Amino acid sequence: MNSTLTTDRQDERLSGNEGLRGAIADVVERARGGDLGVIPVVVGLIVIWTVLQILNPIFLSSANLVNLTLESAATGIIALGIVCVLLVGQIDLSVGSVSGLSGAVLAVLFVVKGLPVWLAIVAAVIMGAVIGWVYAQLFNRFGVPSFVITMAGLLAFLGLQLYVLGTKGSINLPFDSGLVNFAQLDFVPAWLSYCFAVIAAVWLFGSGYLHAQERRRAGLSARSLSMLLIRSLALLAVLAFVVYYLGQTRGIGWMFIFFVALVLIMHYMLSRTKWGRAVYAVGGNVEAARRAGINVKAVYTSVFVLCSSFAAVGGILAAARLAAANQSSGSGDVNLNAIAAAVIGGTSLFGGRGTAFGALLGIIVIQSISSGLTLLNLDSSIRFVVTGIVLLLAVVVDSIARKSRTSHGRA
Amino acid sequence: MSPTQQADSVLSLRGISKTFGAVAALTDIDLDVAAGQVMAIVGDNGAGKSTLVKILSGVHPPDSGTITFESRDIHIPTPAAAHKLGIATVFQDLALCENLNVIQNLFLGQEVRPLRLNDVAMETRSWDLLRQLSAKIPSVRVPVAALSGGQRQTVAIARSLLGDPKVIILDEPTAALGVAQTAEVLNLVERLRENGLGVIMISHNMADVQAVADTVAVLRLGRNNGVFDVGAVSTEEIIAAITGATDNAVSQRQARRKEGLPS
Repeated sequence: MNSTLTTDRQDERLSGNEGLRGAIADVVERARGGDLGVIPVVVGLIVIWTVLQILNPIFLSSANLVNLTLESAATGIIALGIVCVLLVGQIDLSVGSVSGLSGAVLAVLFVVKGLPVWLAIVAAVIMGAVIGWVYAQLFNRFGVPSFVITMAGLLAFLGLQLYVLGTKGSINLPFDSGLVNFAQLDFVPAWLSYCFAVIAAVWLFGSGYLHAQERRRAGLSARSLSMLLIRSLALLAVLAFVVYYLGQTRGIGWMFIFFVALVLIMHYMLSRTKWGRAVYAVGGNVEAARRAGINVKAVYTSVFVLCSSFAAVGGILAAARLAAANQSSGSGDVNLNAIAAAVIGGTSLFGGRGTAFGALLGIIVIQSISSGLTLLNLDSSIRFVVTGIVLLLAVVVDSIARKSRTSHGRA
Repeated sequence: MSPTQQADSVLSLRGISKTFGAVAALTDIDLDVAAGQVMAIVGDNGAGKSTLVKILSGVHPPDSGTITFESRDIHIPTPAAAHKLGIATVFQDLALCENLNVIQNLFLGQEVRPLRLNDVAMETRSWDLLRQLSAKIPSVRVPVAALSGGQRQTVAIARSLLGDPKVIILDEPTAALGVAQTAEVLNLVERLRENGLGVIMISHNMADVQAVADTVAVLRLGRNNGVFDVGAVSTEEIIAAITGATDNAVSQRQARRKEGLPS
């Protein structure tokens, strides 16, 4: 025991987990208690990538991985919305239909009506927000379970999508439009990609350093300088390698950068703002949140609006990537992939647990399976089965972890 | 009631009544809580303890009667109003979010710097509060789910202290706690008194009442059935007043006092 203990480490029952070894020990300790975080998804990703690479050596090729990032963005953004809804312990089953409708609205306004593309995008996103608002009103006023409301939405908005598209059933977006360009051909130049990697590492170090200084001034324990350095250098190494490897072919698409930026923004919103705390609190214990003076209905409204808006954005990007909006946009597995991505990324179906990064990791798992099986020339029947099994595994892991948390007193 | 008693009391109730439909939950309740004093409120099920707590915490308004707080007549329309006045209530179910850690629970709904949470300030203040209560919580960064019942009670009490209240109401703080944890919570109550707060403690447990309370008010069927000085009353007498088993000397004396007659 040294004599200059910080305020938060004075209790003699605390084990002295400091430095790198302490950090690792902490993670192991928490995982044993059922607080798995992103461990299952990282392990899952390694297993899936290994298996698929053995089955088909093209899988981990740069070209295929570039494709994978581009394919992830649209559904990943939808999954980001699902994460928010799951955090308050609710669900939105209609994101697929809303994304399809949003793509259709965009195509009709942009191509058929000839509006400027930005106006069509804004209109589609506002439509998404309104849908979320309506869900929230139904939920808050009448107390209808969210899965029933959104299941009704699933069917209704699919119908609306077919109606909007009319008899033709498919509208092509012009290839020379900025939107299609953005989704298909716009790649970040190599030098800028490396800049992004460096900025991210410096940012991580800088914010960590300032935070540690502030904690030390307040007499609290803080990460050591070497820990901060190791952490940001590790991030730099990983990002630089990703940039280098993807740069072997086309590099990193702006659409993927856009997705990652949204993930970072949502991460900040959820972990560093009062709103984020309210979201976790409502998911953990609604009554406690209400008594703490949180406007629970407003939290539900914000989350439903956010989810549908993200679904609309995802739909726009999916249409742009396909350069068309058609009757099957947003149908089939989009819905389930988005929900599966959120759950696989460690978001609990029981509410109150999960992170924005979960959406990113989860969608990469889902897209890896999809891409790997496509490379093997297996048709969608098998893909559906495999994705279904992976989702089931993720949910089982979630439930087991929850049980383990209860028995280790961390529920 | 003598004038001196009223002068040093921080919270006084006079003639509080509340009916739900045809049921008179509370009739003509008088109470005085002084700063630095622990008043235990005891009574059988249905005696009106919970209703009294709800009136004081702003959940239900009283039908009649006056509440005086720091020598001002006040109304408590909402829980938020009670909090703002300086009357904090710790309900029996504590209302903590188990998935959030101690700091997050303490500051829930009143975070420092809403758009860029100031974790350092909140953690420092959390330690201050816990220190103030001499609380035994090893780390404030563990989820509340990992804490024992007594520690959770501590967190709930610490949270109620955030707004610097004058009066704190504890609803059955030791129910469902083990021996050691009960002792821990009773220590907390002592600490609250030392810090100059008026404490109202609802309890079923006579041992706890004898251990920490200064005065004990007995409710029976929605009426005052005597206010006793804990040092001068035996457990049997309190129980008799709760159950109304005897038309006992104590209640008669109380009645005489009320009418201003010599006791």
